[in-house]
Amino acid sequence: MENRSVVSIADYSKEKIQYLLDMATEFEARPNRRLLEGKVVATLFFEPSTRTRLSFETAANRLGARVIGFSDPKATSSSKGETLKDTIKMVSNYADVIVMRHYLEGAAQYASEVTNVPIINAGDGANLHPSQTMLDLYSIYKTQGTLYNLNIYMVGDLKYGRTVHSLLMSMRKYNPTFHFIAPKELEMPEEYKIYCKQNNINYIEQQDFTEDTIADADIIYMTRVQRERFSDLMEYERVKDAYILKADMLGKCRDNMKILHPLPRVNEIEYDVDESKHAYYFEQAQNGLYAREALICDVLGITLDDIKNDKNIK
Amino acid sequence: MEHNKEQMMVAALENGSVIDHIPTDKLWTIAQLLNLDKCPEEVVIANNLESKVMTRKGLIKISGKFFSEEEISKLAVVCPNIRLTVIRNYEVTEKRQINLSDTIINIVKCANPVCITNNEPMKTYFNVKDLTTLKCRYCGKEQSLDSIKLK
Repeated sequence: MENRSVVSIADYSKEKIQYLLDMATEFEARPNRRLLEGKVVATLFFEPSTRTRLSFETAANRLGARVIGFSDPKATSSSKGETLKDTIKMVSNYADVIVMRHYLEGAAQYASEVTNVPIINAGDGANLHPSQTMLDLYSIYKTQGTLYNLNIYMVGDLKYGRTVHSLLMSMRKYNPTFHFIAPKELEMPEEYKIYCKQNNINYIEQQDFTEDTIADADIIYMTRVQRERFSDLMEYERVKDAYILKADMLGKCRDNMKILHPLPRVNEIEYDVDESKHAYYFEQAQNGLYAREALICDVLGITLDDIKNDKNIK
Repeated sequence: MEHNKEQMMVAALENGSVIDHIPTDKLWTIAQLLNLDKCPEEVVIANNLESKVMTRKGLIKISGKFFSEEEISKLAVVCPNIRLTVIRNYEVTEKRQINLSDTIINIVKCANPVCITNNEPMKTYFNVKDLTTLKCRYCGKEQSLDSIKLK
């Protein structure tokens, strides 16, 4: 049996991405379905992640599936020393699809190799988080009408930010221009700059984050600058307020510009920005539901045509 | 003189293998990798021999030993350019440059401590990039071939 697991979407073709975006569009129009009636979705969270888990479980429930799983590995046998392989083998006897979050990098790839039940990677350590990337792509596509030729500004922690790295790689086929705005200590790692060069992706690096420097943005992707990421705390104190987006910085920005953030936010977007028409982070989180409905259906072999011709809409 | 001595050593082997062109700093790693300290057969280990190709080199001669492909790929990971000579009945029956394969399975340890391979009883798997870099199939982290640790 072909394993339809989603470990990474970095190598998906443009056609495949468009197919999933079209699926998500269908689900946004009608999120409540019975497509997965009689199916069981397991959500195995070896590391707590309330936001991602609730989004996946809501997606499964809105498709008519039943959900089993755990959100705290302390209550499971893995705390007794059970291997990941054994846990996956055991759950494979019960579930039709396994959504898994794990604190170790590469865990999803390995899980997909030890079972025929499709695995959806809901984050493996600092490595990959494809459903987040999918919802980011859907949010960009929905607000801009295209993924092509966009000015995407990434702001804040570009060194450790897994979501910005995944987004960067997934956008490579769409001729983006990236602006990397970050403090020196948290600038985009060299390997991703090399990746940009190898893939002919334009990028500009800057440290200034002002009304003028963001005027040409189509998308501003904000991330959190965390204190614990700094080896030099004086440097943190110096830059901590330099990467905060404020409402008065939006005066010159493009009409179509939208602000994204993977959430949770702490103080990097001031609350007065929430009222702006450019704020999009809460809708972005909602888009996660549709993107995840699309991913769950895709791994279970439910096609876009099945969804379009679905007569059983609640 | 040195050259003749070396020829004598190799020629004296009735059946077995000679690993030649070993970088002098890798000789003991190779000896360890092959568990030569436990080898009951006749073993000759030589280092800092003169070499036309590489100034100085190491050489290992093992009587009665014929390497499996798996062992050869292990050697290739540690020293990508060594030469293997197989001797049967005092005759050289095979002489070949060892090449690194595209994938390296269960030989090298991933350098990333939070990689699943370092926390689960499982095989490691690396893709070789440009003959200098290994990329872990699981965590995606790259490491230079110069600084690998064996499993």
